[in-house]
Amino acid sequence: MLRLPEFEFLEPSSLEEAVKMHESATEEVAYVAGGTDLFPNMKRRHQEPQTVISLGAIEELSTAPEEVEIDRRRFVTIGANVSLTDVSGNQLVQTLCPALAKAAESVSTPALKNMGTIGGNLCLDTRCNYYNQSFEWRRSIDFCMKKDGDICWVAPNSPRCWAVNSSDTAPVMIALGADFVLMGRGGEQIVPAAEFYNDDGIAYLNKGPSDILTQIRVPITPGSGATYLKLRRRGSFDFPVLGVAVWIRWNNKIVDDARIVLGAVASYPRIIPEAATAIIGTDLDDDSIEAAAAAAFRPSKPMDNTDLGLAWRKQMTKVYVRRALHELRAQTD
Amino acid sequence: MAKLRVTLRVNGEEREALIEPQATLLEVLREDLELTGTKHGCELGECGACTVLIDGTPVISCLALGRACQEKDIRTVEGMADPEPHALQTAFAELGAAQCGYCTPGFLLTAEALLEEKSEPTRDDIKDALAGNLCRCTGYIKIYEAVELAAARMRGENAQPTQEAIYGQQ
Ligand SMILES: Cc1cc2nc3c(=O)[nH]c(=O)nc-3n(C[C@H](O)[C@H](O)[C@H](O)COP(=O)(O)OP(=O)(O)OC[C@H]3O[C@@H](n4cnc5c(N)ncnc54)[C@H](O)[C@@H]3O)c2cc1C
Ligand code: SF4
Repeated sequence: MLRLPEFEFLEPSSLEEAVKMHESATEEVAYVAGGTDLFPNMKRRHQEPQTVISLGAIEELSTAPEEVEIDRRRFVTIGANVSLTDVSGNQLVQTLCPALAKAAESVSTPALKNMGTIGGNLCLDTRCNYYNQSFEWRRSIDFCMKKDGDICWVAPNSPRCWAVNSSDTAPVMIALGADFVLMGRGGEQIVPAAEFYNDDGIAYLNKGPSDILTQIRVPITPGSGATYLKLRRRGSFDFPVLGVAVWIRWNNKIVDDARIVLGAVASYPRIIPEAATAIIGTDLDDDSIEAAAAAAFRPSKPMDNTDLGLAWRKQMTKVYVRRALHELRAQTD
Repeated sequence: MAKLRVTLRVNGEEREALIEPQATLLEVLREDLELTGTKHGCELGECGACTVLIDGTPVISCLALGRACQEKDIRTVEGMADPEPHALQTAFAELGAAQCGYCTPGFLLTAEALLEEKSEPTRDDIKDALAGNLCRCTGYIKIYEAVELAAARMRGENAQPTQEAIYGQQ
């Protein structure tokens, strides 16, 4: 049996209590929500917290999606502990943020989506074929720098880790311009999704260790459209090996603003401003779609550390950006 | 670490156990409560063999902590025969929707949750609901057919398997 190591399990009922418990831990400590990322990692000894703080009993984290007005802007807000099933199946999310519903729906499997939360998905550990292996496997080739070792097996001369941000919903949140509400030692903080991720396989989140993601705020922009396309080997179970999230704002059939974000090709969801520039000011004609696809192709630099060949994955960036833009154009017809 | 006393409601029965505090629900069911109908496969969430229902919803028992499942209704395959086999179990047996049978408890419970929600699921509904349960020997067609047959019978229809669907018959 692949068993969990021993750990102390704490169940705070408020955010303040949870942050305090995290701050006072003297050894490695981790929050857990659905556990569908943390527990497999603990079983393989990627993560070995002596203390695990459950966020499950903190009621305010479970607030279902709501439409609210904040500072005269309209948002859909979602509590971090809402399950992926309840995000993708929620009518408000389906109507007002269909790209997010689609991304959440594309994650893992039905039972895992019943357990896994949107907050956990956004804080998902980065992934790599040399890391997501059993302890014995990793020991047999010698550990890598993400856990217990000094070298990177993907790029042995590299001083950094290239593990991949494989969250399906993170690129969509950035494309939609979402904000994340964090609660930590210094109180509440609001961080744009685009600033929440670092280009680093180890320190992949731009937040304090004890900060809790409490709420996601997705702005509702009139006249906009968005979509998410996911490339993977099987139609279920698999993490993305490429995710393409596109958001467009229309003004009289002309693209007035856009964001194109690639998932699973780097340690952070990669924003491609030059691809957005290629379509802004156009009516999304074939030529501008091709220009955007070519612009996304160049900086898409998958490494050889996930499923499927990297040259093909890079090629597919072009195909998926093209498909996503055609889909958005068809929505306006 | 000292053992932990927990009370779990499994198949409608309150069960007490002294468990390892970090034990998964799968381990508690199989090792502490001796309910070995729930199978352990990959133990990483990648196969669905250990699926059980918690408050009617399919979850992966190898990734849930046993201690965190107190005060919830846990349903395992042992609870399905009451005492007669459930319509799904009968249909799986009639249609040969199992070869080695290792994945069957997970399929049965996932299908039961689906039928609870949708009494007349389409083939696509069934495929979507079962997309997190891997079967490596039967293949999925017989499993889908068995769920359809059970659903029809549970709706009160006098459904019989088609002749060609019955394993081993002409
Ligand atoms: C077989 C399998 C397939 C999968 N496929 C996919 C896939 O296709 N796409 C995908 O994106 N994911 C996939 N996952 C990963 C995972 O199931 C999901 O990302 C899920 O949403 C994680 O949420 P969780 O609540 O279970 O996270 P947890 O495991 O509870 O937490 C994940 C991480 O986030 C931290 N965390 C959780 N909540 C918070 C919070 N509120 N504030 C701060 N930190 C927090 C935890 O400390 C931990 O480090 C898969 C997992 C498995 C086992
Ligand atoms: S990218 Fe390199 S350092 Fe990072 S997990 Fe993979 S092998 Fe380890």
